[in-house]
Amino acid sequence: MANQSPVSTEQAENQARLSRIRSGLARRHGRERRFRLYGLLAIGAALAFVVILFSMILSKGLPAFTQATLTIPITFDAELLDIDPRPTLQDGQSPADLRAADLRWQRDATMLNWNSIIEQSVRELTGDTQIAPRDLQSIIDNGERFKLRDAFVANPALAGQTVEMQLLASANADNWLKGNINRDLPDAQQQLSADARALADRLYEDGQIRMAFAWHIFTNVDSRSAPASAGLAGAFMGSLYMMLVVIVLAVPIGVASAIYLEEFAPKNRLTDLIEVNINNLAAVPSIVFGLLGAAVFINYFRLPLSAPIVGGLVLTLMTLPTIIIATRSALRAVPPSLRQAALGLGASRTQMVFHHVLPVTYPGILTATIIGVAQALGETAPLLLIGMNAFVAAVPGSPFDQSSALPVQIYLWQGNENRNFFEARTSAAIIVLLALMISLNAVAIFLRSRLERRR
Amino acid sequence: MYSLLTIALLLALLSIAYQQGWAVSRKLATPEATRLHSRPPYHGSLVAIWTIAPALVILALWALFGATASRAYIVMNLPAEIVDQGGNVLQSAIQRVRAIASGAGVAGEVQPYEMAAGAAFRQFQNLASATVLGSAAAFAAVSLLFARKRIAVRLQARNEVERIVRYLLLGCSAVAILTTLGIVLSLVFEAARFFSFVSPIDFFFGTVWNPRFSTTGAGSGEYGLLPLLWGTVMVAAIAMFVSLPIGLMTAIYTSQYASPRMRSLVKPVVEVLAGIPTIVYGFFALVTVGPFLAAFGQTIGVNIRATSALTAGIVMGIMIIPFISSLSDDILRQVPRAMIDGSIGLGATRSETIKRVILPAALPGIVGAFLLAVSRAIGETMIVVLAAGNSPFLRANPGEPISTVTVTIVNQLTGDQDFASPQSLVAFALGLTLFVMTLFLNMAALYIVRRFREQYE
Amino acid sequence: MNQMTEIALENAITSAARPLDAKMRGRDVNVFYGAKQALFDVNLDIGERQVTALIGPSGCGKSTFLRCLNRMNDTIDIARIDGSITLDGQDIYDPKIDVVELRARVGMVFQKPNPFPKSIFENVAYGPKIHGLASNKTDLEEIVVTSLKKASLYEEVKDRLHEPGTGLSGGQQQRLCIARAIAVSPEVILMDEPCSALDPIATAKIEELIDELRANFTIVIVTHSMQQAARVSQRTAFFHLGVLVEEGATEQIFTAPSDKRTQDYVTGRFG
Repeated sequence: MANQSPVSTEQAENQARLSRIRSGLARRHGRERRFRLYGLLAIGAALAFVVILFSMILSKGLPAFTQATLTIPITFDAELLDIDPRPTLQDGQSPADLRAADLRWQRDATMLNWNSIIEQSVRELTGDTQIAPRDLQSIIDNGERFKLRDAFVANPALAGQTVEMQLLASANADNWLKGNINRDLPDAQQQLSADARALADRLYEDGQIRMAFAWHIFTNVDSRSAPASAGLAGAFMGSLYMMLVVIVLAVPIGVASAIYLEEFAPKNRLTDLIEVNINNLAAVPSIVFGLLGAAVFINYFRLPLSAPIVGGLVLTLMTLPTIIIATRSALRAVPPSLRQAALGLGASRTQMVFHHVLPVTYPGILTATIIGVAQALGETAPLLLIGMNAFVAAVPGSPFDQSSALPVQIYLWQGNENRNFFEARTSAAIIVLLALMISLNAVAIFLRSRLERRR
Repeated sequence: MYSLLTIALLLALLSIAYQQGWAVSRKLATPEATRLHSRPPYHGSLVAIWTIAPALVILALWALFGATASRAYIVMNLPAEIVDQGGNVLQSAIQRVRAIASGAGVAGEVQPYEMAAGAAFRQFQNLASATVLGSAAAFAAVSLLFARKRIAVRLQARNEVERIVRYLLLGCSAVAILTTLGIVLSLVFEAARFFSFVSPIDFFFGTVWNPRFSTTGAGSGEYGLLPLLWGTVMVAAIAMFVSLPIGLMTAIYTSQYASPRMRSLVKPVVEVLAGIPTIVYGFFALVTVGPFLAAFGQTIGVNIRATSALTAGIVMGIMIIPFISSLSDDILRQVPRAMIDGSIGLGATRSETIKRVILPAALPGIVGAFLLAVSRAIGETMIVVLAAGNSPFLRANPGEPISTVTVTIVNQLTGDQDFASPQSLVAFALGLTLFVMTLFLNMAALYIVRRFREQYE
Repeated sequence: MNQMTEIALENAITSAARPLDAKMRGRDVNVFYGAKQALFDVNLDIGERQVTALIGPSGCGKSTFLRCLNRMNDTIDIARIDGSITLDGQDIYDPKIDVVELRARVGMVFQKPNPFPKSIFENVAYGPKIHGLASNKTDLEEIVVTSLKKASLYEEVKDRLHEPGTGLSGGQQQRLCIARAIAVSPEVILMDEPCSALDPIATAKIEELIDELRANFTIVIVTHSMQQAARVSQRTAFFHLGVLVEEGATEQIFTAPSDKRTQDYVTGRFG
């Protein structure tokens, strides 16, 4: 040992050490590659979920934007329209009396047998006199007779004339024609009778029934008796009112609290409490806010059930923490040099905040607002607890009227018994909701870049 | 009409007061010598605030108590026999009187007493709104004069305005506290009412959930929390089982391996998952994932129901992926570069560095993120409402339908809101349980994450 | 591939043609960060079992060069390197070279002490563990203790080997990092301003330690303190604006620099 040159011993040791390291390298690099692969797989899985989700919604929902529509010459047979002429102002009649008389007349008009007019027109169109009225009516949407009524009320001179009109096919006929229902099922399991199916097929082949864009999804309210004509108008207005309430209340209050906490609050117990409290509030499940709404707004303050104002208040409380937290981080990002410059020029703290710091954070506040509003727009659970899942067949005229909301409408539609039809309709509603959220975000990105460029 | 008048009055008051304050203070400042302490706009604002405040108080009082007062007035004018009947009769009578007074008219024949009450109520309304507006204006005028008088060269108008602004801001921050207080109080009070029907022991330790919707007898039905809690835990566990590996590995890859370009592409797409409303996930679970799992179970010979804990859990896991990935990404990026370099410099591979240095260093933060995600999972509602099957039994098989706390809250409180029966009130006891559970999780998570942040700041 | 590397390395090690004192050689080294060039045609030899100091004003490229020597610049996406750097005659930027093995042979100590959030023992054991240098627990313990002793830290921490490394003082942490680097028995140790975050007493200890380590390791140290360079190094290289201005025996650089810029720097005209 002593005779051995120290350098060569060391070299031998070094060699041994190196070969030891080398022997492990292949395994270690293998592990490295596998680890990377897991990462890529995870990302792939996450991206795949996005793709699957969207393709499912789009593939199910897009067909619902067109709907089987029958173009048909309607003959307003004067014989069937057994009704007096529409009342006009008589001498000595007060306007109120005329209105009452007119309302009576309209009621009578509604009672007329519009179904048989449709029936007659369809028979005329097809030359089919055999088909039973029930089968015939089962392929036309139940609410379409009111279209005839409305046309007649608007223009009583139609009596005896023939006008071409567009009538929605019933939900069952739509299903049948789109192939949403298995065509090979036995009669007993079909929603439509064999005659009705044959009629629908014939009209479709002859081009009298076409797939037309379903505008009524946007213009009609929800309907149970006439599912084919059910639309989102009421739910949309309900959501709009709620968003207005959220914007009017949550944004000013949220921004003000953020300013206070970030710029003015002294470091003390109370501030800490508010701070912890806001962070916790941000993570409270949304359904708890629904319970709060039910107990406080509905049960204690006796605000109306199903009203957008209550929904808006609940969503405001839910969105506040989001807006506060996001605004605070926007405020925190303002460089201290700007504050010091303002204070150095003799500005008071308030002046510094409102004249110098706040304007810089507008893009941040805007983003915070959009995030909050988008979150509120998609929220469902708390709204169920304040009665917004009630069936409402009217467009709310004010935030105090009964109304539904877009996500709640999705909830209601997915539960409809006519699965085949409403699966597509629900997906269509989801597309509308997502499109709204995406455009909200797009507007935010656009405004943000505009605001930032101006600086 | 009334509200238009009110707004007009307020606007007029504001502008007059502001103008007055501005002009008076302006006159004080002579160009030669005197300098105002505060600039005229502050004097204007101060006078405006002084002027508008009493008017607002009066209007607010009327808004709060006006409805009660007018109802009392109508009742006073109705015949005694109707008042004595109370209930719906009285209510509809009041509504009719209101309708008559508003000029909208009513259906059916108008009774003479209704007509009289309507006319009286109309007078009352006119008088009341005139009084309110008048007194608001009068008080405003008085305080305008007072505020005007205060204007002086030395008046610290700016400081006063700023102090008021500060109090307003403080008031806004208090809303958050009030919200929490509202949540706690309403949950506690309503839950206490529930516990007057059902003993807390039966509730917290009961193993049977069967509230029997009939309102025949109070207290009928069994309210055992355990089946619901079990369902909640099972769904949350499945969700974490899906989301933790995917979310964490995504965060690791995007923060440690991905090029900036890939990062900027992947992150927003994954975060799209976070923006999708939960009702959409619920629908996705119901229509796509559930049937797929059921079919999959059939091919491998396992009985999986379309709506089950598994379906809800998996979809909830997908929903939580972006939550975990963005929180973890944040945390992983806070591990100091020097520490990573130290490991790389010793010849460790990337993955060795990640597994042996970065993850242990980031562990507290990741635990925090995990806890927050769990809290979100147990509070999630719509996915389980749609996809978990709503079957409140203690079952160990995740392929079977279950029910959760949130689902049951929705079930018990939708429909008619009768706040007197244990069937509805139990929702608040469940809500309280949920609130306390999530509160603990959140507090723990926030505490851990904050400690972690401080460590590396 | 490994086999080929092995043969090449063996050849390099036994090659008689190798100049006795050059452990590493840099030839025409150019480094770019994106479009910006950080080093220009640097040619520098690192003598075996010597301390080579790299000095120069901040931003002169001395740290960049140091990080090229064990390819730490690989971790920066936009960095690009031209020219050749050899370790025992083998080009370390050769695609056949395994960077993991290279870093096991060329260790590094950083500016700020950066112990891992683990115990003192685990910190030192980290390198041997990942490289599989210890065959059993006793072996590992021996390596840890020897390394701590070599880093003159053992006496101070022997009673708390299982307490977190982050609990030590700054100077102790830095010596822990040196022990951590030694534990892998590298041939070269790179030190990037190892004392810049330390107080004078801790600095003195580290300098003393560097002097001891010279017997077994080749050391390259970047320092902004000329006094430190003069105290610990045998050879000194002066960098300025990405250019290696002058290189030579430390004595000569500090007493008789041949370049005007070196003279101005060592006499404190700028820097």
